[in-house]
Amino acid sequence: MSGPDRPPSFSRRSLLGKAGLAGAGLVATATTGARGASGTPDPAITDIQDWNRYLGDGVDKAPYGKPSKHEAHVIRRNVSWFTADTASSINFTPLHALEGVVTPNGLCFERHHSGVADIDPAKHRLMVHGLVEKPLVFALDDLKRFPGRVNRLYFLECSANSGMEWRGAQMNGCQYTHGMIHNVWYTGIPLRSLLAEAGLRPGARWLLAEGADAAAMTRSIPLEKALKDCIVAWAMNGEALRPEQGYPLRIVVPGWEGSLWVKWLRRIKVGDQPWQHREETSKYTDLMADGRSRRFTWVMDAKSVITSPSPQAPFRHRGANVLTGLAWSGRGRITRVDVSIDGGRNWTTARLDGPVLPMSLTRFYLDFDWDGREMLVQSRAMDETGYLQPNKADLRKIRGINSAYHNNAIQTWRVMPGGETENVEVS
Amino acid sequence: MSKSRKLPALLVALVALPLLTSGAGAEQPASKRSGLGRLAHPDEIRAWDIDVRPDGQGLPAGSGSVRDGEALFQERCATCHGDFGEGTGRFPVLAGGRGSLDKESPIKTVGSFWPYAATLYDYVRRAKPYGNARSLSDDEVYAVAAYVLSLNDVVKDDFVFSRETLLTISMPNAAGFRDDDRMASEKHFWARSPCMKTCGKGPARIVGRAGAIDVTPDAKDRPRGE
Repeated sequence: MSGPDRPPSFSRRSLLGKAGLAGAGLVATATTGARGASGTPDPAITDIQDWNRYLGDGVDKAPYGKPSKHEAHVIRRNVSWFTADTASSINFTPLHALEGVVTPNGLCFERHHSGVADIDPAKHRLMVHGLVEKPLVFALDDLKRFPGRVNRLYFLECSANSGMEWRGAQMNGCQYTHGMIHNVWYTGIPLRSLLAEAGLRPGARWLLAEGADAAAMTRSIPLEKALKDCIVAWAMNGEALRPEQGYPLRIVVPGWEGSLWVKWLRRIKVGDQPWQHREETSKYTDLMADGRSRRFTWVMDAKSVITSPSPQAPFRHRGANVLTGLAWSGRGRITRVDVSIDGGRNWTTARLDGPVLPMSLTRFYLDFDWDGREMLVQSRAMDETGYLQPNKADLRKIRGINSAYHNNAIQTWRVMPGGETENVEVS
Repeated sequence: MSKSRKLPALLVALVALPLLTSGAGAEQPASKRSGLGRLAHPDEIRAWDIDVRPDGQGLPAGSGSVRDGEALFQERCATCHGDFGEGTGRFPVLAGGRGSLDKESPIKTVGSFWPYAATLYDYVRRAKPYGNARSLSDDEVYAVAAYVLSLNDVVKDDFVFSRETLLTISMPNAAGFRDDDRMASEKHFWARSPCMKTCGKGPARIVGRAGAIDVTPDAKDRPRGE
């Protein structure tokens, strides 16, 4: 389908609603969010609230719990002009509203090529065949009896993440500019165990992973990667995979672009060369300025984004504020994140907090006082291989503007004196 | 596996031969195997083994003509892709775009972009028509693929697509791809000690604004502040 690789026509403007925030007067004059002052008592304290008086719901009310109704705005969102049909489309993780590094299951962005497969797990099978000694079929129960089960935290980033930004600043919000990513604890078995069970035959060099959905999505994966760290997973963040994330089975390909992580995994074929299928030739290849394309650009380069302040999560007060964001690299651990508030002229190294794991989202913070002046905030990630996240101009020099995929450039947010924050590009 | 006695001779041959010849278990000795799973039945493999490679491995017997494909395309594909592959709405354009890949607005179609004709067969067979996958016969897939190739002037109107004619097809952008070269062409992104003070030329200037384009959906998701 028309993947998320066509930039929007600017003439669509008239069809679309107004973006962003209400504008002026965002910043509170008081230095605290709590109402009231020394002379005026705060009714949030002096009044007895309903929840302080009446009984709340019982334990049978929500057998599967949901977030507070006051958090109803924290949802995945899609962009209607982006694709022709929602069954072959993408939505975005609300990064601006999340904390820490683990993405809640219901907020993990979705990308399907023919909708969410609704699979009866009792009828799901995984076949391993091709250049193997024994072509095998596994039911889910078989996989769950395998020795060597593992739990791993990895990010999954669509290679089209930030793809709308190649030609210029377009989307007002890190949910839209950077939200084709999530970070999840997977439970499963190493793919190498399954391959060993079937026995690789001489000449085995590549795998084809295939989904059971109506796109029968396929990607070729080099055997070396499969033997190194790929996982066949059935659980995410402690519970069964969500249907939109591949229930009951998906392949986990750490650090590599999301479309390789085939969902609803039903077949692994072993071969001696790549299949060059639609999703690795017509799509998920990177068109360079000379009209030729890079293919098999699997690794996700180091990247970062400030999640607050950002257009959807602006600073609302002067004085003490917490600037925060996320950094990641498909090549390993994040070693450092620098932050600039003047559009990249001067940098301060941010504080990393929480687990700093290879090929996982890493949280960074910079605590500082905002005096209310305009800022151009940027973050810049470095990984353990020494790769430094490039700025947009340097990346465009190499990759042009038609790549559609693999835009890992530094993002700039303009924080205006009123607090309103906008996606901009700077010289 | 005791079950193997009940399996057809073909499968036994298929399985036993490599076991004898490949120095089994180079990766892991057979004795360490868990014994989980079961042998795949040949009919099961046939049912799922639909992938096709650029060299034609996996293409089924049969054939389909451009002429048959035209009728099928109008009936099964044109609603989204248009009568001539021009695409309706934001559904993909399948034809045209030759010579556009290095221009400001590249048009990636089967003719301008796809490097392999066999992949077209593979994709139509596994995923098309959108919303009713696997409903075309092998011959019909050949015919639809032939028609799409003809819309791109890659084959003539009397072309008949089959295993035998695959290698006569010359895809215009077959040489348009190179393997990932980032480690070489982007080497300068590594091992730099980053500039920390007074970097760049003069103060940063705003050169582009998302607000000027205004294409972000109405988020209505401001946190409920005080």
